Order: sequence, then structure tokens, then C-alpha cells
Amino acid sequence: MAQTDITSSERDGMGPHGTKVGLLRVLGPAHVWALGVGIVLVGEYMGWNFAVGKGGAYAALMACWFAGILYSCVAMIDSEVTSTVAAAGGQYTQAKHIVGPLMAFNVGLYLVFAYTMLEAANAITAGYLVSVVATMTGYGGALDQRPFIILVIMFLAWLNYRGVLATLTFNLVITSIAFIAIIVLFLSTSGIIGDGIMQHAALFEGHEKPYGWIGIVAAMHFGLWFYLGIEGTTQAAEEVRSPARALPFGTLAGIMTLLIAATLTWYICSGVLPWEFLGDGVNGSVAPLFDTARLSGSNALIWFLGIGTLFATLASANGCINDASRAWFALGRDKYLPAWFGAVHPQYRTPYRSIVFLVPIALIFALGAPLDQVITFSILSGLLGYTFMPLNILMFRKKWPMGTIKRGYEHPFHPIPAIVLLCLCAFTFFAVFLGYGTQLVAMIGFYIVVSLWFHFWRYRFVNRGAQFTMPWPKPLGY
Amino acid sequence: MAHYTPPAQSKLGQIIDVIVLVTLTVGALFAPLWLNLAGAAKTVATPVENPTWEALGQNAVQAGQYEALGYTPESAHDLILARFDYSFTSGALIVMIVVIVAYYALLLKFSESEYREVISEKFGKK
Repeated sequence: MAQTDITSSERDGMGPHGTKVGLLRVLGPAHVWALGVGIVLVGEYMGWNFAVGKGGAYAALMACWFAGILYSCVAMIDSEVTSTVAAAGGQYTQAKHIVGPLMAFNVGLYLVFAYTMLEAANAITAGYLVSVVATMTGYGGALDQRPFIILVIMFLAWLNYRGVLATLTFNLVITSIAFIAIIVLFLSTSGIIGDGIMQHAALFEGHEKPYGWIGIVAAMHFGLWFYLGIEGTTQAAEEVRSPARALPFGTLAGIMTLLIAATLTWYICSGVLPWEFLGDGVNGSVAPLFDTARLSGSNALIWFLGIGTLFATLASANGCINDASRAWFALGRDKYLPAWFGAVHPQYRTPYRSIVFLVPIALIFALGAPLDQVITFSILSGLLGYTFMPLNILMFRKKWPMGTIKRGYEHPFHPIPAIVLLCLCAFTFFAVFLGYGTQLVAMIGFYIVVSLWFHFWRYRFVNRGAQFTMPWPKPLGY
Repeated sequence: MAHYTPPAQSKLGQIIDVIVLVTLTVGALFAPLWLNLAGAAKTVATPVENPTWEALGQNAVQAGQYEALGYTPESAHDLILARFDYSFTSGALIVMIVVIVAYYALLLKFSESEYREVISEKFGKK
């Protein structure tokens, strides 16, 4: 079979859909890195510490590294498939071309809900941070956080509405500052610069495994939060100048950055904060890096980490709006949802209707649900998506074996990453089951109902052959 | 396969579809909260009367950090002693496994039949 080059940077993903105006191809690898790391880095600033509460500090470290392996597999698999599927929608578009429409519909919803919930969690944290700053600067009352939550979501939605280049350049700057803040805190508190304040041995004494081995399993649930969202780099596929180069480079550089940031974060926080306080992200440490800075005794560090936390939440919410809207837009463009959502703004070249529509959805969750529940909803949607990925790559390699189409990146050791990813997903499902089983079953029940709704009702409005927009040869076995 | 021409959907029908999807979403995510079935609540199994740092199992360094954070043994009591309950029944575990496996089996089966239609219309019998 002749090899087809589908990685050309000149191909416009909008073309096959017959729309007159496409998304702008203006992004480079640094923007891809900023999108992926920007979404995720907030996970080091808040949320990961629930893993400490689930099993203790050592359990959180193990969860950090096992989740790191899980996400390394995700990044490898995603990089290969995305380097050939240069269209908005990311994993949704992959599923549509490789597995089938119903899987694609589900994957699209996973993406929208994972990112919208994450956006809500970010807005909650930003509101909390403003209230802490108000207290630190002398405000005596209880600050109402809701106006700040609404302001964060509305401002970032407006930024996304106005254009992707400004949005992700903004992300690049504030994500870099947030990452540097973690490095500075590590250098300042670990003894490399000045006196160290780490007391790991004394703080762990008597609390090494507070729940035993079951706690180490349970911690894996929130271990995902260290990295959740790195797969969002694929959403930029239709807006990067060179998808085959920029997407693998940005994604793999992103996961390496996060592995460093996650381990440093665990080291810094667990060496300063008692595990019970660190592990309670609602009544204890909402923002652990910030709390660590507070105990450092340095006002400069307190302000720098306060700014880092705020920037991390803004960068993440910003990236989430970008990604959720692209997934929703892609669903609309294929008529999986009403085609009205598939419109591109004639001037700003953004999926503006999808951006606006998802604002009230994010607000419902940001204003109506507690932080750990919002995080759990986001993790569950992400986890369902990660379980899809090994199936996706196995079918991709089977239907289009090596040599049949040109890949921008080929991940090594296939199928080991797929098998490892599948096993770690099963492990994490069990971890979620320990404490959040009702939410898990409720959410899967929801996906079963909407799947039946899609298959027996919605799919009648979808064109059949026109869904397949990639210039690939016919898959083997069909 | 003959070319499939989908029916046009009215604007009202499109709005109803969106409302159905959003309602299902909000319902699925908030129902466990409204029904108080959202798990992961921590409880204090054995409260300590007149707590001290020693009685709460804290050494000098741990106590010092709590005090630096503004806690006293009384205010830190619930934070330190509250624990999750990880007990579960094998029946509940089996239900979860069946639900997850059934879900993915449903997805793959329906997707495959839809996918064959797509490929058939896109590529024909080539």
C-alpha cells in the first residue's frame, strides 16, 4: 500500500467540512507546551494533596510516580496518533477515525466535562486565594468569594473569545512564572540557598502508612491530579503551524516538566506541612505550596507563591476553556451536537458559540459543588478517556500498520505502553471506588444513558461518510 | 452502501437536544450530592477529651508546625483524627466492574456497526 503523507503543515483541518472560515494556524511548540503545562500545573498548586489525605505522604509519592508512568504512556500514545490527526477535537477526532462515532461522542463528552470541571475547580481556588489575600491585608470579615469566581470565568472566556494566539501567549507567560515559583521555593526551603526548613523524618514519624497498603492504592485517585490535562495539547492540532513537529515536541516536553514539578512539589510540601493538614484540601491546606511559603518566614516567598498560585489557576482555567470549547465545537461541526456550535467567529477565528455556551455550565459547578467533588468529576472523566487510549492505539496500529501512513512521531515499545496504561487505569478505577464509588457508578450510568440517546436518536442527523475527514487510506479489515 | 442523507433537524429539536444533554449532565453529577451519597466523608472514630498534642499522636516537630499554622490541640482535633473508611463489600466491587465492562462493551459494539457504515460510504468497495 502506498504511504500517505497526512502530516503536512499546509493541510487545513477545516477544509473537509466545507466551512468557509477555519481556525487560525498561528501556534508553535512553545504554545503547545504552555497549553498542556498551563492546564496541569495548577495540580501542583492545589488538589494533589488530597492524595496525602487518602493514604499519607509516602502513599502520595507513590501515587505521584505511578500516575507519572500512566501519563507518560498517555503522552507517548497521544503524540503518535495526534501527529497524524491534525484536527480540532483531539482524542474525539482520533476516536471518530479509528474506533467509531459512538466512542467519539463519548470521548468528546469526557473532554468537555474533564476540562469544564477543572475550570470550575480553578475558579474556586482563585476565589479562595483572593479571600486569603484579603485576610492577610487586614480585611476582618468573611469575604464572599463568588464574585471573584464569576469574574475569573468570565474574563478568561472573553480572552478565549478574542483569539487563540493572545490566549496561549498569555498562558505561556503566566505558566512560566508559576513554574519558576516552584523552583524558587524548592531552592529556598531545601537548604540549597540559605537555611533549609525540611523536616521529613520528624514529620513522617509515626505516620508513615496511616491507612496501611490500602491507603497507597486509594491515593492513586488523586495522584492523577498531578498531571491531569496534559493530553489537552492535542486540542491545538488545528491551530499549530506544524502539527507533526509541534504536537509531539510540546506534549513530551510538557510531561517531562510536570514530572519534575510534581516530585519537587511533593518534596517541598511534605517536608514542611503535617500530613493531616496537608491532606485535607477543604478544611486544611487548600493551596499547599502557598501554605509552605507561609511557614518559610519569608514575605517575598509568600507573595511569589501567592502570585504563582493565582497564575497557575488562571493558566489552567484559560487552557480548560480553550480545550473544552474545541471539543464542543468539534462535536457540533460533525452534528453530533446541534451544528450551531460548529461555527467559527468571522473576525477572531475562534469557536465563539461553544466558548460562550460552556460559561454557565462551568459556573453551575464552580458555585454549586465542593472542591473535592468537582475534582473527582474531572478525574473520572479523564480516567474514562485514558481507558479509551490503549484501545485507540491498538486499533490504530492494526487498521493502519507502520508504513501505511506517515506518522509525525512513532512511539517506541508498542504495545507495552498501551498494556501498562490499561493496567494503571484499572488500578485507578479501584482507587476511585474506595470512597467515591457512588459518583463512579452515577457517572458511568450517565454515559450509558447518553450513549443510548446518541445511538438511537441523535446519530440519525449525522452524515456517514463525511465524518471521515482525514486523507487516510481505507483501514485494513474493512 | 447507498449514500445516507440525514434528515434536517428543526431549531426547536436542536434546542431540546441540548437541554436534554445538559439536564442529564447536571443530574448525574449533582444527584449523588443531593442524595447525600457522595462518599469520602471522614469521621472521627475515637474522639479525645481535653486533647493535647501528645494525646493526638503528634511529636514536638509536628506540634510546632501546627502551632505555626495557627492551630491548638482543640482546633486541630478533628483535622488530625478524622479518617476515611475504606471498607467495601465484594458485591459492590463486582457491580462496579460489571458496569465499567458493560459500558465499554456497549461502546465498542455500537461504534463498530456505525464505523462500518462510515467506511463503506467513504471508501465504497475499493
